[in-house]
Amino acid sequence: MKIDQTRLNNPGRRSLLKGAAAVGISFSVPPSLLAADGKLNFYNWDTYIGEDTISQFESSSGVSVQYDLYADNDELFAKLKGGNPGYDLIVPTNDYIERMLLADMLLPLDHSKISNIGNVGSAFMNPSFDPGRKYSLPYMWGTIGLGYRKSAVEELTSWNDVLASDKYAGRIALMGDAQTNFQMALKAMGKSLNDWSDENIAAAEAMLLAQKANVAAFAADNGQDLLLAGEVDIAMEWNGDILQAMEEDDDIGYLVPTEGGLLWEDALCIPKGAKNIDNAHAMIDHILDAKVGAEIAEFIFYATPNEASREHLADDYLNNPAIFPDQATIEASEVSLFPGQEVTRKLDDAWTRIKAAG
Amino acid sequence: MDNWRRSPLTFAFFSLPTLGWLFIFFLFPLAIVWQYSFGENTSIVDVEFTGTLNNYARIFQPEILVLLWRTLWMSTISTVICLSVGYLVAMVIASASPRAKPWLLLLIMLPFWTNLLIRTYSLLNILGTRGRLNQALQWIWESTHSLLQLVGLEGLMAASYKPLTFLGTPFGVVFGLVYIMLPFSVLPIYAALERIDKSCLEASLDLGAGQVRTFFKVLVPMTMGGLITAAIITFVPTLGQFLTPDLLGRGQVDMIANVIERQFKKANDWPFGSALSLFLLYITFILLAIKSIHDVRQSRRVV
Repeated sequence: MKIDQTRLNNPGRRSLLKGAAAVGISFSVPPSLLAADGKLNFYNWDTYIGEDTISQFESSSGVSVQYDLYADNDELFAKLKGGNPGYDLIVPTNDYIERMLLADMLLPLDHSKISNIGNVGSAFMNPSFDPGRKYSLPYMWGTIGLGYRKSAVEELTSWNDVLASDKYAGRIALMGDAQTNFQMALKAMGKSLNDWSDENIAAAEAMLLAQKANVAAFAADNGQDLLLAGEVDIAMEWNGDILQAMEEDDDIGYLVPTEGGLLWEDALCIPKGAKNIDNAHAMIDHILDAKVGAEIAEFIFYATPNEASREHLADDYLNNPAIFPDQATIEASEVSLFPGQEVTRKLDDAWTRIKAAG
Repeated sequence: MDNWRRSPLTFAFFSLPTLGWLFIFFLFPLAIVWQYSFGENTSIVDVEFTGTLNNYARIFQPEILVLLWRTLWMSTISTVICLSVGYLVAMVIASASPRAKPWLLLLIMLPFWTNLLIRTYSLLNILGTRGRLNQALQWIWESTHSLLQLVGLEGLMAASYKPLTFLGTPFGVVFGLVYIMLPFSVLPIYAALERIDKSCLEASLDLGAGQVRTFFKVLVPMTMGGLITAAIITFVPTLGQFLTPDLLGRGQVDMIANVIERQFKKANDWPFGSALSLFLLYITFILLAIKSIHDVRQSRRVV
């Protein structure tokens, strides 16, 4: 596939904006000012849409789109938590969809208004977090695994190689958040990444605490940059972020360890309080179009759940194991469920203890 | 308007915008945070304000105290370095020719023209294992080695340079904090230096005190007000930094603000986050109180 130059110059959907949010810069106009007929306030991840997806929709529907960006699910959740400031369409990840459903923050979708719904692969139509797809339709999916520098890494098959071994001491970047690291520690121990028993949490904490000295960085979502710069040789990351690094450097590879990794899915949802519900449905329909879906997938390099898009996509996208893992990997991997507020609290306390350790 | 007591109405009128600003953008949000700090999470999105002191009690967990202590000493070291370097820089500017002064001050302000995030990313580029600093050190190492080789003494040092690790260490974080805060410490010290009567220094030198003694016994006491201001505006924002530990500390040297940030995002525990932020604020207030006590004493002495 021809690599798109503009994409190479963009930071990944999960990288630079997060830092920007960290220093308190806001790129967005309050969407409430713009809510009216013929409008759509679309709130999506950074660098996570096709080049012409929005403009095509605007010219075909006459709706003008206010397109805002967020850097992570927590930012999205924090914005909507105190009441929807005016967004009509959002793209949260599966466990946050679960969380938002628990908090009654999403509106049901009217499937009759989405004629392209049949394009979605049947495997995606009945997920545990939203049975029957009443509230969400899949946008992109992927895995969390390990990006690595081929020339510097000899044998790398298990999570234990990076979480319970000094084989790559000082050359490993883990994720910056508690939950993902704990989940991969659970996988390393051969357990389900959704099994949050107290013993499991304690065992995972001990594993990460012992490994802290061998870890070069708990990367605030810039593991792929550290990998590219040669600061580390292995980085736990989202597959799309590593794919981007792979485009820039042939010496970088991606794998999901044999114990399996985390499967994630971002899905299109309409938050409660949305004012332009019909336009949001129209946009979902537009995105699920076979051709449009293919254009987005080709541009952002994540795996599309759109079956009809496949015929518009090149073989080296469809056969890329870093985008579409093999069946055995998918079977070993798991979708993360929302662990609940109490477990989140426990994980954060454990994380603070790991961070405070000298 | 020489004294506000003589024209209180005028004074009140002109201070309204400031007070309004302070109320809307500081006191009012602060009151909300204060309320949250006595709240309890009842669901994913709801917080009930029960008046519990639990959130404050949780500050005294050992790991939080460890992080608070780390924050305090790293901020203190950064502040001391900022003040020492800042004093020298301020002295150079204050003694420069009137034509050069504005340009030197401009150089101090120049970094503010670039966004903090960009500057931090560029520091990553400098301090990395393969960064510019290590490249420079490697060059020096290798040139020294080849020089020694010429005189047959190459056995004194290893042939290959082992890169130093700056990032992910307290050094890297303190370096970043000093880099960010230095301009803030130069300006108040410079302002204090500009105000002093130079003849006092001459008198001290004429009467037999050496340069060093004049510096510590005359110059420093005369600029103490500026030094304390500089110390506070360097120290207080340093307490709340989380970007620097995140990026330059690589998540290995977290400070307390990293914990606070997590409470409002990942951990979704606003009450605890509020209690922690207020705790930092109390520390700040204590510092400000010390400063104003000093100011009062100072003005009494002058009168």
